[in-house]
Amino acid sequence: MSVFKDAGHLFRFAGLFVLAFLIFLVVRHYIVPKSFGQYGHYRGASIGEIAARPVKFAGHETCETCHSDEAAKKSSGKHAHVNCEACHGALASHADDPSIMPVLPDTAVLCARCHTASAAKPKGFPQVDPASHYPGTPCNTCHQPHSPGMDAGGAK
Amino acid sequence: MKISRRQMLILLPAAAVAWESVMAGTPEDAPNYKMTGHWWGMLIDIPKCIGCGNCVRACQTENDVPDGYFRTWVERYHRSDWPMSESGDVTPNPLIAPEVISPDGGKEGFPAATDESGKYFFVPKMCNHCAESPCTQVCPVGATFISPDGVVLVDQTYCLGCAYCVQACPYGCRYVHPEKKVADKCTLCYHRITKGLTTACCEACPTGARQLVDLKNPNDPIHAFLKTHSVQVLKPQMATGAKLFYNDLDGSVR
Repeated sequence: MSVFKDAGHLFRFAGLFVLAFLIFLVVRHYIVPKSFGQYGHYRGASIGEIAARPVKFAGHETCETCHSDEAAKKSSGKHAHVNCEACHGALASHADDPSIMPVLPDTAVLCARCHTASAAKPKGFPQVDPASHYPGTPCNTCHQPHSPGMDAGGAK
Repeated sequence: MKISRRQMLILLPAAAVAWESVMAGTPEDAPNYKMTGHWWGMLIDIPKCIGCGNCVRACQTENDVPDGYFRTWVERYHRSDWPMSESGDVTPNPLIAPEVISPDGGKEGFPAATDESGKYFFVPKMCNHCAESPCTQVCPVGATFISPDGVVLVDQTYCLGCAYCVQACPYGCRYVHPEKKVADKCTLCYHRITKGLTTACCEACPTGARQLVDLKNPNDPIHAFLKTHSVQVLKPQMATGAKLFYNDLDGSVR
């Protein structure tokens, strides 16, 4: 035991070190979130929290479960690839509770957003100048928005 | 069994470490969605974009994006040096910077183009959901990360709002939320894609210029598209592993 003679202060110091390490582990256990490090250097539970946010656009499949007549009309026309909520706006609230009635869009404003003529738009895209093409008349006076093609029986 | 004080001192930290690994790992919140089965990205078909701003408005509605801030926005480019004149005396000049406008992020569309000459096109922009994302690498607290399905997300309860990530993003896709004071960005509508829906911008796009793609889905049309089209990412020299693919992108786009 002569080796450890007068070495008590070293053992006391080592004991203090171990104690401090234990306190560190306990504190760390309480302040680091449980899921931190589950997938990487972040809180794994946050992925589920972000995924749990409510949806506002119901998606066209949801619309078509009830409005199959409009979907059928649309599928044969030029607007077949335009989803319902592209024009009607976010309507998950209406899909959840059909008694909440959506407001019909004003075609004079709505159609112009896409179809106002501009040299910057792709050449093949149908465009009109709203200032000269029956100004002030809502587009759906002549064109049926769900099937707007001239040969689709939509326009008069 | 007798445990000496010294053995106890050795056992306690070991037990603490073991307990921590037991407590780690809570089950996922979306039970039918397997994160390991997806690798999300987006395809933007430049020739189809008409600059209507539907995506910008839809994103703002879906994600409560504050006015003046954008998770996605649309830019209109105008290259006056293109195309070459028939006599050949005007050549494409890379030193002439293209004119780029994006009034209010293109939310209410664009003013009608008056100059008929040159070449116009629209470039929708948003988070590139990089596989080697610079923004997640600089976060000092582990508040932003790439999820196992390839979406760059922000844990807003953990974010300090230091804005390092805002500076690190080479595409300018992040901002500090003016009310929450934490980093905010495109989540690729993570709350929608995990439920089997497409993103709000893709849902609202009237021409199909935007398409959500799942690179791990062998039936996704993106695979056939990538085979037959010339597809670019923005700033490829930065090796960010961007997953926002642009079809028919002009070389002047930065």
